[in-house]
Amino acid sequence: MSGPLIRTVALVKEYRMGTNVVAALGGVSITIDAGEFVAVMGPSGSGKSTFMNLLGCLDHPTSGEYWLGGQEVSKLSGDELALVRNRKLGFVFQHFNLLPRTSAINNVALPLLYSASPVAERLGRAERRLIQVGLGERMDHHPAQLSGGQQQRVAIARSLVNDPILVLADEPTGALDSRTSVEIMALLQVLNREGITIVVVTHENDVANFAGRIINFRDGQVVDDHLNSAKDAAQVLAQLPVAETAGR
Amino acid sequence: MNFVATLRVALNALRINKLRSALTMLGIIIGVAAVIVMIAVGQGAQARVEDQIRSLGSNIIMVMSGSALSGGARGGSGSQQTISEDDAYAIAREVEEIQGAAPTLRGTGQAVFGNSNWSTSFYGTTADYLEVREWSVAEGRGFEAADMSSAAKVVLLGQTVAKNLFGDISPIDQVVRVRKVPLTVVGVLERKGQNMVGQDQDDVILMPITTARKRVLGAALAKSRSVGTIMVKVRQDADMSQADLKMKDLLRQRHRLQPGQDDDFFVRNLSEILQAQEASSKVLSLLLAAVASVSLLVGGIGIMNIMLVSVTERTREIGLRMAVGARGKDILMQFLVEAVTLSLIGGLIGVLIGVGGSFLVGELAGWRTELSIPAIFLAVGFAAVVGIFFGYYPARKASHLLPIEALRYE
Repeated sequence: MSGPLIRTVALVKEYRMGTNVVAALGGVSITIDAGEFVAVMGPSGSGKSTFMNLLGCLDHPTSGEYWLGGQEVSKLSGDELALVRNRKLGFVFQHFNLLPRTSAINNVALPLLYSASPVAERLGRAERRLIQVGLGERMDHHPAQLSGGQQQRVAIARSLVNDPILVLADEPTGALDSRTSVEIMALLQVLNREGITIVVVTHENDVANFAGRIINFRDGQVVDDHLNSAKDAAQVLAQLPVAETAGR
Repeated sequence: MNFVATLRVALNALRINKLRSALTMLGIIIGVAAVIVMIAVGQGAQARVEDQIRSLGSNIIMVMSGSALSGGARGGSGSQQTISEDDAYAIAREVEEIQGAAPTLRGTGQAVFGNSNWSTSFYGTTADYLEVREWSVAEGRGFEAADMSSAAKVVLLGQTVAKNLFGDISPIDQVVRVRKVPLTVVGVLERKGQNMVGQDQDDVILMPITTARKRVLGAALAKSRSVGTIMVKVRQDADMSQADLKMKDLLRQRHRLQPGQDDDFFVRNLSEILQAQEASSKVLSLLLAAVASVSLLVGGIGIMNIMLVSVTERTREIGLRMAVGARGKDILMQFLVEAVTLSLIGGLIGVLIGVGGSFLVGELAGWRTELSIPAIFLAVGFAAVVGIFFGYYPARKASHLLPIEALRYE
């Protein structure tokens, strides 16, 4: 695969509110290469969430092009987009969005349910990803039996289980305390170093500073796009006072 | 996503909400059980009526002599002995729907034994008569072929006659005099009770038709072959009206009637009244089943209600499933399978309760109930259809959710 992993050309998204047409995204052209760790920032209403939904193939752009891994996905139908999400993308949400009363391993295996893989393979891959995020011993725990940080790790394992080319994290630390937030960012950094492309949406500078590139949105436009010398989350974690073993 | 996986997801979702699933199923369980019990009760009632018909001699057609036409005045039924013994034999031989045909000559007279007497009616008939009437001999023997050909001086007594003439003594081998003709009692018939119009059917004496004609009714009839009535029994599985038609054709042909000419005989169907009764019990059981299906319908609405709640409650789950690759179709199937599984499991439990309930009603209320296998399949099938019908709307609603909105749903 040659060229950038993500390329958007004049991406526009408009919403109709009654008789008014509101442009949530006013022509965004951007490229992201494979292996990058990008933070998308901006105040609420800046269009960053809309941009994220388009990157995640959860929504159709009003106009413009979106190329993902050499495929133009902006023209695909709903079912085709579902396939793209299933094969190429991983999602991490602010509120984890785990299935209640369902074991961690089954939560992680969920995306594979929709790709027709055999049961044994589904569970095998889910198990490997859970071990990777450090939850090898809690595979049979239900979300209610896990701390917030552990739940987010399960969610991260789930986002990785289909070997995606891109992981999208929408405010992944929004529901976590500061120490656990750093832990989660450390985990994402480790995964990024292993070659996974990550795009994080956040409004916290602290979180964005762990990324290698920061894109700022305002009023539906990119107002700033710069490389960032990322802080090492593991080091930050080491300097934090050791609290009551929160999250572990 | 294959079907097994869909089924597993659905079962899992139902297992997670055990109490709710059980309560939802309850509607279907009650509906299916009610349908099965009601149909069993209805069919039991119908079977009872059918038994009644059978006890009166089911599928009986009576052929009677028609009216004589003399100088434009029609004499009315039986004014002329137009049908003969041979008509009866021809009917039995040539109409395949007919099981037996018994010619009967009727007479009345006094029967005397010792110093007791009793006025009654007697029938001269053939051995077929008892088969046609589904009447058996309680004591002694019935008629034999030899009795017919030799005009044997033998009689069978109905219970009423036997009691009035003999009291408590056994009448077998005793000699009674009927119209002063001494005849030996060879058997006593079983009790038959009253017929539909309240006549005592046991107040009767049967004798061979030859005996009646030659010895009892008198010389005037001795040479004639004519009879008053032929009792015909149609085979159990044969079509009554078909038999009726064929018999009429045969008789018209034998009597050489021209097209357009009136029949010189009457055909009367004994079971008509009973069939009307049977029809009304059918209507009753249909009504019971209809009432029961209403509860099945209510059960279905219960499923829809819960599924709608479930879809709303699980909006974020639906959003998540869509985000990780579920198509609208997968979501539709998941919720549809959930609804159908609910109704099918409920249906099966309902069958068990319905079968048990039918026995219980039979035992406790003393009603006759008859389980109907088609009704069981019908009830379960209907439950599944209810599941699909009422599950479809919520499932479709779920599958049309937009992933971004479903994910953000609070």
